[in-house]
Amino acid sequence: MNLFSKLYYRSRKYWKAIQLYLVIAGPGLVVMVADNDAGGITTYAATGAKYGYNLIWFLLILIPVAYYVQEMTVRLGAVTKRGHAEAIFDGFGAFWGWFSLIDLMIVDWLTLVTEFIGMTAALLIFGVPAWLTVVGVVALMGAIVLHGRYWTWEKIALLFCALNLIYIPGAFMVHPSVRDILRNGLVPNFPGGFNGELFFFLMANIGTTIAPWMLFFQQSAVVDKGMLEKDIPWGKFDTLFGSIVTVVVAVFIVVVTGTVLMGVDIDSASQAAERLIGVNHYVGTFMAIGLFDAGLLGAICISLASSWAFGEIFGWAHSLNRKIKEAPWFYAFYFFTLITAGLVVLIPGAPLVLITLFVQVVAVTLLPAALVFLILLLNDRKRMGEYCNSPTENVIGGIIVVSIVTLSTLYGVSVMFPRLFQ
Amino acid sequence: MVLRTRRLIGKIREINERYSTPHIEMSLGVKISLMALRIYLLLLVSLIVYKFVLILS
Repeated sequence: MNLFSKLYYRSRKYWKAIQLYLVIAGPGLVVMVADNDAGGITTYAATGAKYGYNLIWFLLILIPVAYYVQEMTVRLGAVTKRGHAEAIFDGFGAFWGWFSLIDLMIVDWLTLVTEFIGMTAALLIFGVPAWLTVVGVVALMGAIVLHGRYWTWEKIALLFCALNLIYIPGAFMVHPSVRDILRNGLVPNFPGGFNGELFFFLMANIGTTIAPWMLFFQQSAVVDKGMLEKDIPWGKFDTLFGSIVTVVVAVFIVVVTGTVLMGVDIDSASQAAERLIGVNHYVGTFMAIGLFDAGLLGAICISLASSWAFGEIFGWAHSLNRKIKEAPWFYAFYFFTLITAGLVVLIPGAPLVLITLFVQVVAVTLLPAALVFLILLLNDRKRMGEYCNSPTENVIGGIIVVSIVTLSTLYGVSVMFPRLFQ
Repeated sequence: MVLRTRRLIGKIREINERYSTPHIEMSLGVKISLMALRIYLLLLVSLIVYKFVLILS
């Protein structure tokens, strides 16, 4: 009897903890899953098709990398109650502030265009014309934010996060060899030796794991949600859980394409979906739905990251808890970036491939700056107090930042000069 | 239009004044990091401009 009562009380304790997490869950999970955006899905699909299961181990390494970087934004946001853009302006002055803000605006807008490219390509598979997708997405995203409550927006975003798990049943449906996944995927190896092409794929995977908009988005979301210092442990857990989910989804995409499309050169996720439909209709359909969802989730977060950042600096009301009348500039900026990015995709003959490549190059100019500022701000004992980075966190964070900066820079350079690493 | 532009310029001046002094303590480590960042960005932007010139020519 004593055992049963103990079990009952313990399960009640866990259930309460889960309930509490479901209330607090949000910024970390959303930002991490949104990281698997249209560009990310393409990278993972191409990685699986090129190297099979062999680079799964590398994706698993990215869990702590993503976690350590993003959890710093949780602490910074919860303690200073400021978004990343405002924190940079305040900490490093107007020069670095404007540099970050303008660069963020350019990178976000270009990335938003790539999300629309992904979404229109995904729905084109089902015969939906591009203009209808753009109109539908803008209307849907408008409806999501116009409720005037951060909480509503976040829970809708979490629903789209759940849809991102669609790749998991898809992977089971292609009947991969578990033995091969364990043998080839979990043991670190460089298929075909460490050459330029493999290096390019490794860099691309890192590039899709940490994007500049993620730092700005999560910190602003933490502030808008009203998280306090006492919520930091939950925020950290939320971020850790999100980083695990995002990599698990990436692994399942690699498993799908590694099983079915091994040896096929993949240029885009929509191309992978079309090829998969030819092999297994349901798996291909799941891939296309997942691509649309990824683009939508990316667009939801990216457009908000810019609007929050500009609101913080220009002093506009900038919260999802405000109605349009109360925060007109915040919403005007949100819809302006959204609509203009959508229209670019509809321009006949628009240089969409060039835009996709250009995003990667411009992102490299912002990412190192944002990461360096993040580390320096987390070492500002005057502001951060007991939430300041510990020496161990500085060493881990420092190694991660230097590695990301080096690899993402090489990735950006290799996009500009493709023959350099061949 | 002119009025709006003036207002925007005024706002930008106000922001520049508000954030004219960096509030982070400028220790040696911070100074070195910011200098390294400047050099990095200068090199990267030069590379992008070089690539742009290559495309044009």
